[in-house]
Amino acid sequence: MKLDLDRCTGCKLCQLVCSVVNFGENNPKKAGIRVISRLFTDARYDVVVCDQCAVCIDACPVGAISMEDGVVRIDPDTCTNCGVCVETCPNGALFSHPDVDYPIKCIACGECARLCPRGVLDALAEVGKVAS
Amino acid sequence: MREMHGYAGTILRINLSTRAVSREPLTEDLAADYMGGRGFGVHFVYREVLAGTDPLGPGNKLVVAAGPFSGVFLPSGAKTSISAKSPATGLYGDSNIGGHLAGELKYAGYDAIVIEGKAPQLSYLFIEDDRVEVRPCENLRGMGAIKAEKVLKDELGDEFQIATIGPAGENMVVFASVNHDIGRQAGRCGMGAVMGSKNLKAIAVRGTGGVPVADMGALRKVADEMFSALAANPALKVWQDQGLAQVTTWSNSIGALPTRNFRQNFYENAEALSGERMRSDIHVRDKACFACPMATGKYCRARHRGETVFVEGPEYETTALIGSNCALQSIEEVAFANYMCDELGLDTISGGSAVAFTMECFERGVITEEDTGGIEARFGSLDAFVEIVKLIAARQGIGEPLSRGVRAAAEAWGGGSQDFAIQVKGLEWSGYESRGAPSMMLAYMTCDIGAHHNRAWSITHDIAVGRNVIQGKAAKVIELQHVRPLFDCLGVCRLQWVELGLPLEYYARLYPAVTGRKDSWDDLLLKSERIWNLVRAFAVRERPDFGRADDQPPRRFYTEPVPDGPLAGSRITREDLDTLLDEYYDLRGWDRGGRPTAATLERLGLGDVASELRAMGRIS
Repeated sequence: MKLDLDRCTGCKLCQLVCSVVNFGENNPKKAGIRVISRLFTDARYDVVVCDQCAVCIDACPVGAISMEDGVVRIDPDTCTNCGVCVETCPNGALFSHPDVDYPIKCIACGECARLCPRGVLDALAEVGKVAS
Repeated sequence: MREMHGYAGTILRINLSTRAVSREPLTEDLAADYMGGRGFGVHFVYREVLAGTDPLGPGNKLVVAAGPFSGVFLPSGAKTSISAKSPATGLYGDSNIGGHLAGELKYAGYDAIVIEGKAPQLSYLFIEDDRVEVRPCENLRGMGAIKAEKVLKDELGDEFQIATIGPAGENMVVFASVNHDIGRQAGRCGMGAVMGSKNLKAIAVRGTGGVPVADMGALRKVADEMFSALAANPALKVWQDQGLAQVTTWSNSIGALPTRNFRQNFYENAEALSGERMRSDIHVRDKACFACPMATGKYCRARHRGETVFVEGPEYETTALIGSNCALQSIEEVAFANYMCDELGLDTISGGSAVAFTMECFERGVITEEDTGGIEARFGSLDAFVEIVKLIAARQGIGEPLSRGVRAAAEAWGGGSQDFAIQVKGLEWSGYESRGAPSMMLAYMTCDIGAHHNRAWSITHDIAVGRNVIQGKAAKVIELQHVRPLFDCLGVCRLQWVELGLPLEYYARLYPAVTGRKDSWDDLLLKSERIWNLVRAFAVRERPDFGRADDQPPRRFYTEPVPDGPLAGSRITREDLDTLLDEYYDLRGWDRGGRPTAATLERLGLGDVASELRAMGRIS
């Protein structure tokens, strides 16, 4: 999955809308995507988000993670929030939050890609199309 | 505790002298009457910073406040207001800052921080949700504002949002800025000096909570419409490409670009400072404030004498005050000077003005090379600019009087320099020369914090109804002085409205969706008028002689006609200024001496303020 990172301005609207759509909250830490500033070192931004590589599925000790229609999903009822998947994820794209008892990840809803003012996340919208 | 929609619900109070940390519930009354941001700042400073308080003493209070729209799902709820008694003016002062701080403060659980006292050693404030600590940071002493931010980010992590001061703030230069997100500054009124006076080098915040809203469905609907309208606007692209740097060419074309210490308003070399040149010559990356599609931040690279630096900017105000006003030769020179000011922690507006004032004094012989310590302070010299701002930040040599602002420097140097110390109330004039724009002139004269443009940017009104028209201009200035600061109360950027024409109706719909309050837009404007009058009341309480004389522009503007450019020969007279002020005071319900009447204060729900000022014999 190729994100157009050169166009990212670091506004974090993707994080905000993710929390609004998936948790009904204005809370960018409760989101399945992260914008990281690399301005001080590389004069650019990074976006960290799941590319549905599925490595976490085999890593999960309780079988809480599965692939549905091209999207990796975590079943909150089975998940024990042990953190193994968070550690295993090669992209660092599973996020722990103190108020949520399972890791938060992208479910390819496509809302952030729709709102991104720079089209950075268009590749995510493609995942969404596959999913739906 | 009941959720307060649009708010975190708590005011954090820190006494740096005692390290006492307390949390006060945000009251319904405070939220209803003052909304947030600047409104909270005005409230706390008026109520808690009593007359005669030394702005650089421990009795002053620094209020860092977000608004109800900050951190919420809407375009650019990114504004933090920083308020205190200003060391530049001796009156109420505030400055706001974009970036990512406002939302983070609310996510951590606080609508505002009220900072009191003075830390016994250089310290920074660490806030992570419920954890609040005053931490010593002697290792950051004398460090540049941007470098200090990097050191703290490396230590705490990228998710911390950090505001810092540079050496100028530590040394209490009265136009020291507060820096955040590399290149965003609360530059005006010396809020960085107030931080320095409190031994407070930085504030670092991270929060994991959310901001509750009254009606998420309604909010999403309005926000979606706003984001869609912005995306569909054909003008968005040029804002994304050039940001505010595009204003330079326009300002020059209408005869408003401050040039050579405001002697001129047209710069013959403006093309070299244009937004296009910024984009083609020095631009590296577009950089946005929180949830903003415009991304007017332009991260740039500048080289000078073998040194390569990165800086966010220069945007318009910096280009005007540092570029044309000091007659620098290229946008890269402006960017380098911009970097120097940012790292030293100096407001680029007042800093640019102070250097331009020095250059004019030098060229007129008011000061000599003996005074400057060998610096040949001529217009057009970047080397001189760099040396002078270093002296200001260190408060050495000519930097000592300059560190107290151009008004104080003119008093120290004399020689007629008072006439061209370009300031009102002690605050240096920002980027619009206004001899050919009477309403803009009035806006600068009456701006509540001193000569700043952002309260009433009415120059387009002058263009629309006539550059020489005097009568009838005050009403527009007053209208804008209520609308524009409202954005600073709500904690949201106003550029999407001002520059991309997003209708105010959207913001009127957002307020009930976010806060659950029923107020109409007119109700909000009335609150904004109340806040405006409370700032004026602060000044009237502060000084028995405060009034009309404090609303005068520098003498240059009514004695020297514009020498060249599109407005050559144009002038404004003393009588014109009196006409503007009389009309303004009458419409505001102030007396002709510029003091609010008791009846006006009472109409605005400030009866107790009226009683206080009447008991002091300040108003009738």
